[in-house]
Amino acid sequence: MSSIEQTLRRHIRQSLPGAAEIPLADEQSLIDSGILDSIGVLSLVTWLEKEFEIFVEDHEVIPENIDGIGALVRFVEAKRAELGLGR
Amino acid sequence: MIRFEAFLRRAAARDPDHVALVCRDARTGYAQLDAAADDFAVALGQHAEFRNGDRCVLFAENRLETAVGIFGTLRAGGVFSVLNPGTKADKLAWVLNDCEASVLVTQASLLTVALAAAARVPSLRCVVVIDATDSVGGMRWQDFMQGTPDCRLPAAVGIDSDLAMLVYTSGSTGQPKGVMMTHRNMVFAATSITSYLEMRSEDVVLSVLPLSFDYGLYQLLMCVMLGATLVLEKSFAFPQKILPMLASEKVSVFPLVPTMAALMVQLRSFDARWSASVRTLTNTAAALPPAHILKLQERFPAARLFSMYGMTESKRCTWLPPEYLPTRPGSVGMAIPGTEVWVVDEAGERLPANRIGELVVRGGHVMQGYWRNEEATAKALRPGRYAWEKVLHTGDLFRIDEDGFCWFIGRKDDILKSRGEKVSPKEVENVLYALEGVAEAALVGVPDEIQGQALKAIIVLADGVRLEADAVIAHCMARLEDFMVPRLVEFRDALPKTSSGKIRRAALQAEAEGRNAPEERE
Repeated sequence: MSSIEQTLRRHIRQSLPGAAEIPLADEQSLIDSGILDSIGVLSLVTWLEKEFEIFVEDHEVIPENIDGIGALVRFVEAKRAELGLGR
Repeated sequence: MIRFEAFLRRAAARDPDHVALVCRDARTGYAQLDAAADDFAVALGQHAEFRNGDRCVLFAENRLETAVGIFGTLRAGGVFSVLNPGTKADKLAWVLNDCEASVLVTQASLLTVALAAAARVPSLRCVVVIDATDSVGGMRWQDFMQGTPDCRLPAAVGIDSDLAMLVYTSGSTGQPKGVMMTHRNMVFAATSITSYLEMRSEDVVLSVLPLSFDYGLYQLLMCVMLGATLVLEKSFAFPQKILPMLASEKVSVFPLVPTMAALMVQLRSFDARWSASVRTLTNTAAALPPAHILKLQERFPAARLFSMYGMTESKRCTWLPPEYLPTRPGSVGMAIPGTEVWVVDEAGERLPANRIGELVVRGGHVMQGYWRNEEATAKALRPGRYAWEKVLHTGDLFRIDEDGFCWFIGRKDDILKSRGEKVSPKEVENVLYALEGVAEAALVGVPDEIQGQALKAIIVLADGVRLEADAVIAHCMARLEDFMVPRLVEFRDALPKTSSGKIRRAALQAEAEGRNAPEERE
């Protein structure tokens, strides 16, 4: 597991408590699992920006980037690569 | 007057190909929806021996099948109830038993919860599962809908004064109450609302509000009544997915709750093309902050914004004509067309302008009562002007100014409102007490710009017990719908109590709002 994934999983477990009760597969939808709602998305994006030193554009806040551990890891890695930051 | 399902037949006859529903990229025309409702009605009789007045519970997301189930149940002479997909097994079982449901319609992703509940419900004769790949636990939707050719619709199913739906709402006692609405109630409310919103058959409504919430349900009902188009989505979690649809579907009516407005005004970039077709924005559940009103008007320049107020027991009570929004942004306006509202004191006497009292509502939209709950019904419905009439005592405190505009002050009971939904502190506290180690618990609402009230649990632990906030929240998550889960947890050594030992919730609520504690009866 990459360190980005570890950090993400830890944060999701702690801040979205529904996640603490179920094991989360990489490609499982956080919305359909009832873990993430509209307010959750907003706070998750704010946290991503701070934690990974990235800037998330509004148009990037879509399920393909946000709705799942796998999607989040790929998105954060791509954003950091754009900025020349490491994994 | 006609029964509500007749509107679907009428829309299908008038313009069979006009799109009724856009959902998950599929477009369903009125004739198609009408035929599916017939199939569902026939199937109820065939597979569940469904009789006139029987209850069908729809425990599913916003989707085509839920709409088919609603109109199909009515067409079979039945009563429908849509439940929030976030409902947990205990509560689902409670509601199914309360209304003695004959049929439960659910979907594969909710099957675990549905079956755990269904096992405890002796009245259930049939469980129908949408998206099912096999028939484990219930009948597949496609098998259910496949009737035999000799099965026919029942010829006569009743009249407009029949019960049509039960809408479950949070009660201050901790158990939900089933609000009973007849066809006539629904026709009246939908007629009144579509008249002041000036809705028409060319309208396209985009709704992300759950069909279990009457505000969401009425988007479907009003569209069918007018033969308009409903774009049905299940969530506003990704505004960037929803907002472009306003443009691509040429949406003209966009119903909001304050949380959605808050998310939209916070977007850093908002494409002006998205909002160009929108001519009507509506808001209910809680007032919008004035700053959000201004920003919304800037982002939706072609739209008129309607501030409204209502409660499940009478659907909608008041509306503010948009031209008054600049001068009275905090008011929820006046009684909806064809109805009356006024405020009364504790003795039930009508109060003059600007005095604070309980809002009373009179009109054809007032419910028939709470399902099998005479005590709560007697509290809410009181004798009216005529011997045959009952008026609704809302439990909401209002003042009405000298020009007749209504101003919401607060609740008479301790019901909280978070993210536009009513939350019973008692219901949440019951769950908190079920957690081992919790000695005392109180739920309060902390003012929050996005949620209205953010829920906070204040807990006293038993001696020697250690518990983390996360564990408390996780416990609630597993047992309550999402909107009822407190996200804030505070541990204290003691809670304030009356001399008889009752927890003084009102004092804690006042503290959360930063005001002085009210006088309390012991």
